[in-house]
Amino acid sequence: MWSYALKRAGATLVTLWAASVIIFAFIHLIPGDPIYVLLGDTATPDQIDRLRHELGLDEPIVVQYLQWAGHALRGDLGQSIFFQAPVTRVIADGAETSILLATMTMVWVVLIGVPIGTIAAVRHGTWLDQGLSGVAMFFASVPTFWVGLYLILIFAATLGWLPSSGYPSIFEGGSGNLRYLLLPSLTLAAPNAALILRLTRASMLDVSREDYVRTARAKGIRPWQVVRRHILRNALLTVVSAFGFTFAALMSEAVVTETVFALPGIGRLVVQSILRRDYPVIQGIILVIVVLYLFINLIVDLAYRFLDPRVELQ
Amino acid sequence: MLSVRDLTVSIGSDAAPVDIVSGVSFDIGKGEILGLVGESGCGKSMTSLAVMGLLPQPGPRIRGGRIELVGADVTTLQPWQRVEAGHGRIAMIFQEPMTSLNPVRRIGDQIAEAVRVHDGLSGAAAWTRARELLEQVRIPDAALQLSAYPHQLSGGQRQRIMIAIALACRPQVLIADEPTTALDVTIQIQILGLLRDLCNRLDMSILFITHDMGVIAQLADRVAVMYGGRIVETADVATLFGEPRHHYTRGLMDCMPVRNLGARRLPTIAGQAPRPGTIRTGCVFAPRCVAAQDVCRTATPPRLALGEGHEALCAFPLDAGRPS
Repeated sequence: MWSYALKRAGATLVTLWAASVIIFAFIHLIPGDPIYVLLGDTATPDQIDRLRHELGLDEPIVVQYLQWAGHALRGDLGQSIFFQAPVTRVIADGAETSILLATMTMVWVVLIGVPIGTIAAVRHGTWLDQGLSGVAMFFASVPTFWVGLYLILIFAATLGWLPSSGYPSIFEGGSGNLRYLLLPSLTLAAPNAALILRLTRASMLDVSREDYVRTARAKGIRPWQVVRRHILRNALLTVVSAFGFTFAALMSEAVVTETVFALPGIGRLVVQSILRRDYPVIQGIILVIVVLYLFINLIVDLAYRFLDPRVELQ
Repeated sequence: MLSVRDLTVSIGSDAAPVDIVSGVSFDIGKGEILGLVGESGCGKSMTSLAVMGLLPQPGPRIRGGRIELVGADVTTLQPWQRVEAGHGRIAMIFQEPMTSLNPVRRIGDQIAEAVRVHDGLSGAAAWTRARELLEQVRIPDAALQLSAYPHQLSGGQRQRIMIAIALACRPQVLIADEPTTALDVTIQIQILGLLRDLCNRLDMSILFITHDMGVIAQLADRVAVMYGGRIVETADVATLFGEPRHHYTRGLMDCMPVRNLGARRLPTIAGQAPRPGTIRTGCVFAPRCVAAQDVCRTATPPRLALGEGHEALCAFPLDAGRPS
């Protein structure tokens, strides 16, 4: 167990290093220059050179990388060119919204996807299954902004039950502010819950043809217990890995939803930073997302160990 | 204990059903072992699943006939419904011990689950009973193995676990569907011995399904030979092996290796078993039968009573006194 964790940590570091090189290289390949964004069209060549030197952008790219990586190792991701503030602060501000949004979304995804997928599988071939699968197909296909706009139209504009935009921090306004994230999380959950629903259904149908399910039926236990104790647990092995990458993807996929609901999250921050050529912020966010992916993959692998006794961690 | 009458199992639409088991009837008495023998695809597994109430859904269904378990009609009931209704107790073990146990649950849980349903025990009591059952099927270190997972055990041990699960149902009738086919010969002998022993000790009836005439000879009291979805001959084991009357049974015997010692090649029955639904008139065995006459291809053969409990589905049975 511990030697496995160590090996995984080693592999993670190598992946992280490779990712940092790629991130750095690609960002500097984007045409455009942060100096022009900061100073505007009217800057003199003299001003431009001075600012470029102050920001360290006149050094060779290898030197820039080594400086950035060295600082990153110490937890310093540099200064945002646009905000004139530490990148870690800028990211932390956006991360609160994004993490809460992703977590709430995952709660919906699990609460909607798994039970309804189970029902569809148990009643497979009936009109109920076809109806549920049809609805799932619909939500997997429509764009999130469409779902978001309709939710705003119904629950914010018409019924007036929920706020339509923005998110004041729960650290300032208390947990009641979570209601600001209700519609965005449902919006983001729609396609992902649909995916998990279909995956749960397919996986359960696969498992229900297994010999050991027949053994369970032969024991004379009730059909629902066969589903719960024998089919669901084995079917979830497949679904759990999907939970992992869904959660990680939510962090970066939330751009459209954050834009529709005017949320101060990571997704919107990264898009704005790209437009501003704010290299340190872009690098920082991508690095954080890479770390998150690696971390979630590790959690998923460890979770397998608890769900499936055949998995040996070596 | 178990009485099956005119059981017909079909696939396909109701308008054009294809019978994969047609008009099968047999009885098993208390403590008796009935061997159901036939080649792959002859309908023996479908018969056993139908009797157990475990036909896969959607798929084959019982189109006619009646299954009686200790006097109660259980034809359309699934196992849990039989438990609820308090009808006779029946259990089943399967061909593939490697895939018949749930890989993510402990052995003890899987046995205790059946104990809870059938004995109403719970918690520690169910666990204790599970240990007793493991001892009954002669698993060494029973207490230890309760917390093992299936992948930690060998095929033979897993089949013993399957038997323990079946015994947890306190069955009056046990269906064993090719339980030794996937095992080594030495393990096979142990498992057969165990089944014979349990049958005697618990006064349990067994429906034993196999394609292996050798196993039948060792274990069964009576034999039903199945071909093309029908039972073509029934007799007690000595009569069947001594005086087979149906040409198919005769053919099966002639193929046994022990009857062909020293031969370069084993004899075979010419042709192939019919696909379900391809033979609609006459005798299903006629296309492969050495003694077939024109009438065999047009008229359904009679079920001839040839002696005490000896029947054959044949218009021109072999002569009793003249074994070839």
